[in-house]
Amino acid sequence: MLEVKGLRAGYGAVEVLRGIDISVSKGEIVAVLGANGVGKTTLNKALSGVLPVTAGRIVFDGVPLSGSSTAAVDAGLIHVPEGRKIFPNMTVLENIELGSYRRGKKNRTRNLENVFATFPRLKERTGQAAGTLSGGEQQMLAIGRGMMAEPKLLILDEPSLGLSPLLVEEMFNLVRRLNQDGLPVMLVEQNVVQSLEIASRAYIVENGTITMSGTAAEISANPELKRAYLGL
Amino acid sequence: MFSPTIIIEAMINGLLTGAIYALVALGLTLVYGVLHIINFAHGATLAAAMFAVWGLNAAFGIDTYWTIPIVTPAFFVLGYVVQRFVIGPAAHGDDGNILLITLGISILIENALLAGFGSDTRSIPSDFSFAIVEAGPFLLSSARLVGAAGSLVVAILFWLLMSRTDTGKAIRAVAREKLGANLVGINVGHIYAITFGLGCAALAVAASLLMPTFYVNPRIGGAFVNIAFTVVVLGGMGSIPGAMAGGLIIGMVESLSGLLLGESLGQIGIFIIFILVLLLRPTGLFGAKA
Repeated sequence: MLEVKGLRAGYGAVEVLRGIDISVSKGEIVAVLGANGVGKTTLNKALSGVLPVTAGRIVFDGVPLSGSSTAAVDAGLIHVPEGRKIFPNMTVLENIELGSYRRGKKNRTRNLENVFATFPRLKERTGQAAGTLSGGEQQMLAIGRGMMAEPKLLILDEPSLGLSPLLVEEMFNLVRRLNQDGLPVMLVEQNVVQSLEIASRAYIVENGTITMSGTAAEISANPELKRAYLGL
Repeated sequence: MFSPTIIIEAMINGLLTGAIYALVALGLTLVYGVLHIINFAHGATLAAAMFAVWGLNAAFGIDTYWTIPIVTPAFFVLGYVVQRFVIGPAAHGDDGNILLITLGISILIENALLAGFGSDTRSIPSDFSFAIVEAGPFLLSSARLVGAAGSLVVAILFWLLMSRTDTGKAIRAVAREKLGANLVGINVGHIYAITFGLGCAALAVAASLLMPTFYVNPRIGGAFVNIAFTVVVLGGMGSIPGAMAGGLIIGMVESLSGLLLGESLGQIGIFIIFILVLLLRPTGLFGAKA
């Protein structure tokens, strides 16, 4: 599904990603874990074409991605960003509809029903300005907006960030449910324990490179994890 | 001192003029709201549009109002191309650069007009310019009524565009959340250019509505942009309903202070409002809180 080889990217003269290799297969949840500032969000931005890549290759669904965000969306690689990045000045309904601005426009009505079935809370609030939603609702909205584009792969960047423990639990259950419906998910998280519970495989990122990879069970059992994560 | 009839008539006339001010301010506030820059070329673009209307009339005898279907799309395309292929690439992602580029473009346009047409003031003489409608006790200028109606139509079309179409929604999305817009596949550069084009198209309509009662010279834009800027500040920077309400208020203030203080001092009222807004409510009537 997604095949990333030797990916390098950064901001100006500062290189953040120093050769990343990652793959996600059909039907998987792959967790990409790491502490703050190791390059997880930069990786996501590079994958979704928002940030130019300086070296390496991104092949998605057998086709190399050209490095623009429109190309990524066209291909069905949908990125739900950290901090939600919803449109605060627009209504909940308008936010969801814009998810199908470029992809999935034909099936907009059907997919809208689908999103409302997944997030009944959003259906109650269609006319409300998105900026007035709670943090959890905004996260649902961001995911709902992503679902409107009929993703072939969903990249979720820190979906649990800033949510109460109860909502975090709910969010991980939701990711699992989406995956059970056949959607491959690349879950980029700081929340190691819960991510490893639902993921089939995981990568650990440190300083812009992958330092560990394997099945979720292998990674959980690895004593190196604590060191990598806590920097001990 | 003045009879109510005269005062009410002045207010109506002010509202009619104000509708055109609103139209001129629309593009300014739209571009500010979405691109977050002040388009310094706004006045010069208006002057260019007025010359285009005048030229079409002088060369082909096209009635001023019938130039609307010609100049509006032309200025939309012009605005789109300038933003997409000149301002956007030349800015290199720095808003400060955009400011300088639009300033440069305004100097370029004004001097090109000066070179092409000279500094003479021109107008389109017609009987319609002086036609008057009697509405009860009030005498109203037909051309101003048409102007206000035209502005109203543009405002409605605009509202429909922004609230009902995907392109309009994309414009509003880009205005507040660029990264989010990018990630749903909105091409931000394209939306910027459409926005800039819409601003220029609104100016083209304003030019066609203004020409029956107004004159044009290469420096005419400045007079309107000063007012438009006051309108935008009064209504709230970037707010489209604010530009509409602000335009009507400013038109009325100008008309009333012209009546009370004399025609030559009419604009004093506008600048008193400008200063008062900055002192008392810097975010404007409809402005978002910082």
